[in-house]
Amino acid sequence: MPQRKSWVYYNDRLSRYLFISSAVLVSLIILCIIWFVGMQGLSTFREVSIIEFFTSSKWSPDSGKFGALTFIAGSIGTTLIAILIGGPLGLAGAVFLAEIAPPWVRAFMRPATDLFAGIPSVVYGYVGITVIVGLTGKLTNSPTGYGMLAAGIVLAIMILPTVISLSEDALRSLPRTYKEASLALGATRWQTIRRVLVPAASPGILTAIILAMARAIGETMAVQMVIGNSPRFPDSLGSPTSTLTSNIVMEMGNTPFGSTWNNGLFMMAFILLIIALIMIILVRTASRKGAAR
Amino acid sequence: MKAHQADRFATIMLWIGALAIVAILIAFLTLILGRGVPHLTSEFFNGPDGVRGQLFNSFYILFLSLVLSLPVGLGAGIYMAEYAPKNKFTDLIRLSTESLASVPSIVFGLFGMIVFVNMFGLGFTILGGSATLALLNLPILVRVTEESLRAVPRSYREASLALGATMWQTLRKVILPTALPGLITGITLVAGRALGETAILIFTAGMNVSRIPFDVNPLAAGETLAVHLFAVKSNPLPGTNADQIADGTAALLIIMVIVFNICLTLPSRWLQRRQLGKNKM
Repeated sequence: MPQRKSWVYYNDRLSRYLFISSAVLVSLIILCIIWFVGMQGLSTFREVSIIEFFTSSKWSPDSGKFGALTFIAGSIGTTLIAILIGGPLGLAGAVFLAEIAPPWVRAFMRPATDLFAGIPSVVYGYVGITVIVGLTGKLTNSPTGYGMLAAGIVLAIMILPTVISLSEDALRSLPRTYKEASLALGATRWQTIRRVLVPAASPGILTAIILAMARAIGETMAVQMVIGNSPRFPDSLGSPTSTLTSNIVMEMGNTPFGSTWNNGLFMMAFILLIIALIMIILVRTASRKGAAR
Repeated sequence: MKAHQADRFATIMLWIGALAIVAILIAFLTLILGRGVPHLTSEFFNGPDGVRGQLFNSFYILFLSLVLSLPVGLGAGIYMAEYAPKNKFTDLIRLSTESLASVPSIVFGLFGMIVFVNMFGLGFTILGGSATLALLNLPILVRVTEESLRAVPRSYREASLALGATMWQTLRKVILPTALPGLITGITLVAGRALGETAILIFTAGMNVSRIPFDVNPLAAGETLAVHLFAVKSNPLPGTNADQIADGTAALLIIMVIVFNICLTLPSRWLQRRQLGKNKM
């Protein structure tokens, strides 16, 4: 340290404090979001019972019925469909990219899957309305095709880049020796993939699936455009229904801020926020388990 | 040889899966561009229902959101990469960044609505939209900054510090310039995502567009292209050619995404090459 503390020294100090305060600000923001959305949402329960909100599927705010089960079921249903279609397909893509693809195919396919991630969600919704709804209408024999299946298919495509890139990274980060040992023992490539590589990369693959689910359940615009937006319990794949996100978009504009109805919508957003935070904790445990092995 | 048959079958299936993924993408692009590009006329931009205002708002809001989020995002990323000791505090900040990254965009939208529309009483404004969008950018910026700074070899730092430079001088003169290609790629990534964001802006920037062309007033409502596509497609106004506007807008958005994706790779490659050239001398 120089005897006379020059401006160089103070600059160094100042920049350090600026960096620390930006990091603290990031933490404050997430706390603010939880606090504001949570307070607004939880004030629903001043007038509505918690049990009614979570177990009744009767949502007609005009007559004082605030049961959000339809929307919760819709969100979970569409997310599950998305994972059932997009998960295996994405995993196949990841295995292909990591183990099978010749370099030139990979050089082309990796940016192509990244392009999926860049497409705005409204554009997915637009494609959903233009094409996919017609397809699901035929598949489910419903007149319009709007509903959980359409939303699930659109979401399945939207989560592909997440599943592919994270699973591929997990597969690639395995030590080469795993593969070499298995092949040297006479296993075929498929046996190696199925018995060695995929199990060894499973914490990473699990992380990919969880993050994909988080994306699917929080996705708003694409789902809102193809779900049909009827507050009807989702009893079939092809009938119009609603999700937490789609219902917020539909009704937020029509309700005065601070009314019970409005607070109910904030409560739905708070549920989404809680789900997202739980997912992050799951991901952390999955990756810690992976590191411990 | 059953195992070999299984191997061949699996290989074929994986090829089919990969082809299906690429086929879906190609189908998407041809569908959107094929339907929309013919509508991209001067009438589409400047006509009575033209999207010139929305196009301007898209970039204006993107610009403002980057102005708001870049300093904090870079700062927090630099702290995490260079200063953060391994302790509970650092862990907490990392957890917050990851949580912030997982918050669904509609929740950001509602948060922005509470704060900017209701608490500050601004109503739907470009400023509120940009500030909320900045929150979406933040966690990605932090992560990208941290990753690109960590990729800089340790020896660079050690050499600079050993020469008597302060940490700040080392950062400014050595680490940040070396990490620049990664940073630019990251910022382009963030920009591409922010450009297509809708759920946040519906609740903060609103669905109206200023009558004045290229209105830079940040307190005006500002509908962006993505919001416009949503508005046109979900509540088509009778008497307008809503379907054609939607087709054109979707194509324009996709073209912007493709351009951004190209930008994602080009400048960083160029910078890397330049730096390699410099180092050789």
